[in-house]
Amino acid sequence: MSEASTHPVLDISHLSVALPASGDRRHAVVDLSLTIKPGEIVCVVGESGSGKSVTAQAIMGLLPKGQLVAESGTIALQGEDVLQATPDRLRELRGTRMAMIFQEPMTALNPVLTVGDQIAEMLAIHTDLTAAQQRARVLEMMQSVHLPDVERMIDCYPHQLSGGQRQRIMIAQALILDPALLIADEPTTALDVTTQAQILKLIKEMQERRGTGVLFITHDFGVVADIADRVVVMQHGNLVESGTRDEVLLSPKMPYTQMLIASVPSLVPPHREPVSGAVALQTVNLSKTYQGTGGFLDKERIVKAADQVNLSLRRGETLGVVGESGSGKSTVARCIARLIDPSEGQILLDGLDIAHLPEKTLRPHRRHVQVIFQDPFRSLNPRRTVGQSIIEGPMNFGLSEHEALARARELMGLVGLSPDALSRFPHQFSGGQRQRISIARALAMQPHVLIADEAVSALDVSVQAQVLALLDDVRKRFDLALLFITHDLRVAAQICDRIMVMQKGKVVEEGATGTLFANPQHPYTKSLFDAAPGHDFSKR
Amino acid sequence: MSMTASPSSVADRPSRIRALMDLFRHNPLMMLSAVILLVLVLAAIFAPYLGTVDPRKIGVLRRMAPPSAQAWFGGDQLGRDLWTRALYGARVSLMVGSVVAVMSISAGLLIGMVSGYLRALDAVIMRIMDGLMSIPGILLAIGLVSVSGASFLTVTVAIMIPEIPRVVRLVRSIVLTVREEPYVEAAIAVGTPVPLILWRHILPNCVPPLIVQATYVAASAMLTEALLSFLGAGTPPEIPSWGNMMAEGRIVFPIAPWIVLIPGCTLAVAILAVNVLGDGLRDRLDPKIAKRM
Repeated sequence: MSEASTHPVLDISHLSVALPASGDRRHAVVDLSLTIKPGEIVCVVGESGSGKSVTAQAIMGLLPKGQLVAESGTIALQGEDVLQATPDRLRELRGTRMAMIFQEPMTALNPVLTVGDQIAEMLAIHTDLTAAQQRARVLEMMQSVHLPDVERMIDCYPHQLSGGQRQRIMIAQALILDPALLIADEPTTALDVTTQAQILKLIKEMQERRGTGVLFITHDFGVVADIADRVVVMQHGNLVESGTRDEVLLSPKMPYTQMLIASVPSLVPPHREPVSGAVALQTVNLSKTYQGTGGFLDKERIVKAADQVNLSLRRGETLGVVGESGSGKSTVARCIARLIDPSEGQILLDGLDIAHLPEKTLRPHRRHVQVIFQDPFRSLNPRRTVGQSIIEGPMNFGLSEHEALARARELMGLVGLSPDALSRFPHQFSGGQRQRISIARALAMQPHVLIADEAVSALDVSVQAQVLALLDDVRKRFDLALLFITHDLRVAAQICDRIMVMQKGKVVEEGATGTLFANPQHPYTKSLFDAAPGHDFSKR
Repeated sequence: MSMTASPSSVADRPSRIRALMDLFRHNPLMMLSAVILLVLVLAAIFAPYLGTVDPRKIGVLRRMAPPSAQAWFGGDQLGRDLWTRALYGARVSLMVGSVVAVMSISAGLLIGMVSGYLRALDAVIMRIMDGLMSIPGILLAIGLVSVSGASFLTVTVAIMIPEIPRVVRLVRSIVLTVREEPYVEAAIAVGTPVPLILWRHILPNCVPPLIVQATYVAASAMLTEALLSFLGAGTPPEIPSWGNMMAEGRIVFPIAPWIVLIPGCTLAVAILAVNVLGDGLRDRLDPKIAKRM
């Protein structure tokens, strides 16, 4: 297809979207212009609050009523301004000319309708096909997004499918009427890395075959490297930089873009010396089994969330536990912190087995193992001040309020926050700042072992880099044993001394980070590396 | 990284009293209900000083007298002053409403928190609650009254028992969600004892829905009390209550309808006021439901 000669599918010019008067800035999107040609994938990249999702909503005519208003500019979809379209016309355009896929395919699909019905709904609304023709068309579409056993799957409900399959259904639904424009809003963010790779491949394949223009919204530069033809970088609603993929990724001109790209952790691990501190934590054949009663008269279902896990962690060492969702990495972490009770095996903390201690005798040992959780918006009690949250632990162990506060003040400085933050409430802080507070809370216990359970996964890439640096810094400063749970190979490459790869509750491979990245042995590890977005790119 | 939150933002958490005042200003119906309830409460407390006589005193001249300047609400078929009896009746109604609300909420809160947090006890407690819930309140009251005689205590207990399981279920469901929150797990990890976790991290999440629930419990308790008294299984006849006033006036309704209508109206107004207040509080404290309506 000769893209250069054809008219753009989408031509946004000088679009400004106003925020409500109470917002922290006047506009969600400021004077944005961009074009998408047929058969082109344009990636809009930006951190949270950059206005990238608002742009997508404006195109689809889905701006929340009364809150966001497109103030000026035009959005021309194949020459027709959607900002001027009537609600009826907009409904016609959605589906036939433009379609959207969302981040979370479970919530974007209706749980009480079969997936076949949901895809066919598009046909029922926009075409005159009979029910039989619709079904044939849906089956054909499901086949083209490479779903297996479509005859059976067409009558399945969303919960019966896997996350990747649901996203395929979403894509089938979006593309069944051959829209000229597909908007994909973080479509792979909620998926595992191997599934993400497949979905990216599928979007690319579908788009090439049908000549669809794609607006792909993402925060992940790895994904950009894999899929983009052109890249648009946004910050605070402004377009910072745009250009072809190679221009933006290889020779970014603007400082913000340079900073973003520099913040993306490299897949090439730096050289690290082996750590020789005392062993702080060891697990021996640690297992956690869940017994689900399969229902009346059914056989009991046994799920081995963690299966015979052996690990050992020295003071001053960072051990990464890497795996996809359901691999058991969080189960292991939660067993070690005794947030759940292990079924079998030992957890040796400084030589003492704490695996099956009852709560009363366990309590004195709890302070030695501290956890930093994934979601910074839920890991602090919203009704208590930051100070109250931090001193809670030390006061449980006999410190006076005065002493505990003194320690908290000192720690706030250490994690890069001002001590008067102690009297404020969590909602007054950003995600990155809250994660710093969580780190301070953990450090206040003076632990030997720190567990970071996906501690940087919810953060923007620039903030992620800062929090990772802080974690590495406190590890050195307090000679901590750091157990780092992550699904992100890039992060693991940068921070871990050793890495353990888990799959379905079992450890499949373990080794020094450098060796493991250079020469992965297990097929599953290899597939993880292959699936890591942008892996060709960062090795250049 | 620098602090982005400005120091002045500490002030954006207005005091609770200010928030409550704001709420009333934006919802005149709630304001009206609050005023009505306040007037009723004051009338009940100061009943002896508000131009009343002995509620049991029989005056022959007042027999079935229509409302007049001398007897504002008229007299009943025995010649007792209805204004007096209506005010004293408010005492019973409001007492039962508030005592049942406070007692069943406290008991339900305690049982619900234990049941939701200590999973080992959960199955046992919830089965007992299911059992309690299956007892019809009216039948229980009639049973209790026939065993131990009609009194304020029997009525309150009889109304309270079927209410407790409802509160328990509500509290338990909140506890089950909140206990999974990472901040609760963080508290476990820093060695906070279970009672403190319940008190600091879980209880505050239960309070807003319970305040709302309390208004519904109070309204339904007032109604049940009136019903029981009407059936003769509630407040003993020597104490005036809106329910037994209506029961006594029922026979002479065609001749002297005000004997029934006056306590009936006060009861309706009181319950309406409590419910409107509850709805307003729910809209405020549980914005998710408010948006849906």
